[in-house]
Amino acid sequence: MKKTIITVVGKDTVGIIAKVCTYLADNGVNILDISQTIVQEYFNMMMLVDMNNATKPFGDIADELAKVGEEIGVVIKCQREDIFDKMHRI
Amino acid sequence: MINFFEVNETNKMIEEENLDVRTITIGISLLDCISPDLETLRKNIYEKIERTARNLVATGDEIEKEFGIPIVNKRISITPIALVGGAACKTPEDFAKIAETLDQVAKKVGVNFIGGYSALVSKGMTKADELLIRSIPLALSKTERVCSSVNLGSTRTGINMDAVKLMGEIVKETAEYTREDDSLGCAKLVVFCNAPDDNPFMAGAFHGVTETDAIINVGVSGPGVVRTALEKVRGESFEVLCETIKKTAFKVTRVGQLVAKEASRLLDIPFGIVDLSLAPTPAIGDSVADILCEIGLEYAGAPGTTAALALLNDQVKKGGVMASSYVGGLSGAFIPVSEDQGMIDAVMAGALTLEKLEAMTCVCSVGLDMIAIPGDTKATTISGIIADEMAIGMVNQKTTAVRIIPVIGKDVGEKVEFGGLLGYAPIMPVNQFSCDNFINRGGRIPAPIHSFKN
Repeated sequence: MKKTIITVVGKDTVGIIAKVCTYLADNGVNILDISQTIVQEYFNMMMLVDMNNATKPFGDIADELAKVGEEIGVVIKCQREDIFDKMHRI
Repeated sequence: MINFFEVNETNKMIEEENLDVRTITIGISLLDCISPDLETLRKNIYEKIERTARNLVATGDEIEKEFGIPIVNKRISITPIALVGGAACKTPEDFAKIAETLDQVAKKVGVNFIGGYSALVSKGMTKADELLIRSIPLALSKTERVCSSVNLGSTRTGINMDAVKLMGEIVKETAEYTREDDSLGCAKLVVFCNAPDDNPFMAGAFHGVTETDAIINVGVSGPGVVRTALEKVRGESFEVLCETIKKTAFKVTRVGQLVAKEASRLLDIPFGIVDLSLAPTPAIGDSVADILCEIGLEYAGAPGTTAALALLNDQVKKGGVMASSYVGGLSGAFIPVSEDQGMIDAVMAGALTLEKLEAMTCVCSVGLDMIAIPGDTKATTISGIIADEMAIGMVNQKTTAVRIIPVIGKDVGEKVEFGGLLGYAPIMPVNQFSCDNFINRGGRIPAPIHSFKN
């Protein structure tokens, strides 16, 4: 499975999760896990998703998610889980 | 599962501390391109490189996107051209034509450097080796992306002093040929002792004859990450210091290993090695000198610098070795002057001299690197500097190198701008006493006693 970590960081506002999840649903990306906190009014979300049935190539989804982020004033990054796994697990 | 803290730590390294993969380098053997006819040889070389590396840049970009980590350079190393061109080239100009072919194919596949315009002459020079060496000034002045290297000695063979003498002249000549560009040609020319066959870093990369047909070698980086980690342990003991460097090097190298394996899979070319070098860039914070300062020195070059560098280099290797299945190349901390803002500052402050840099090369890779000296420096003096550095490599059984730039028309106190990753450098003073009679003796320095291990 092509597991991917999506991180969303920025000033808290209404509808961040809704916007991101709608985009993912529209593009066939399955959400496996979500964790989210607010630190000093800053919204922090990390999602673990499965891109196996995504309708677009990885690069397009990453670019479009970044654009969705720009529209709502947060930074959205989309990276394969392997980079974190390799760095932090032996 | 991976947690928030870990994801943020990785992304902070990438975004704020300049963590990147410095280079994915494909090593390509050109031995099967050999032909006695120069035009056929050039055609074979072009086609083989184009065929093998055509997807390199696109694949690098794809990996960059998927993992969210910058891959700064995509490069090619090739079999030393003195071996490949020996049958076809009868003059230095013939060899320079091969360099033009290399430049063309580098541009075609979109890599920023191609290394391997090289000769291995640690014991003796063949006619082809000598022709290639004599063609270097012309080749580097006519091309943009070709890098040249010459191996002048090794622990097993001693030092070829005839070649050392010749290279002093060639460095000067290359500086003259490229004087319009502040002698930039010399930034793409490096001489070695104990040159490794699998080095992914320029200007010294070549694909050794012990290697397979094509291979992926990756160079990681991360001086900024190490420095930031050390900020958190200020004032702590050497034990804590060393553990911190080791852990950080492990993390950085794991990224290199991941990228190398992924590139190997996507390009269907075997994975060779990860090179554990700490490679600085002129970007603020991406500096090996800054790490030395963080360890406790006012400037790189202050007393204690060699010891600090020795421990840094050793801990980087200890951390990195476990993170990668195969480690090779140069693997150590680089201390180029022009490519490291902290080094430049140290030179400007008068803290760092050529002699101190030479001492530092005893304990780290690779050698006197990207050092600008006055354009009127004598060829024999350059040969003397090279000979000293080769001796350090030979006796200590390590790789050493010299990439020195006599900037024509400039003198101590002036600066030279190379641009991009090559940075800028203040012109450093050189010892003015003569070594003419030493360099002019001719012959070779025998291999040291401890090379006879059989």
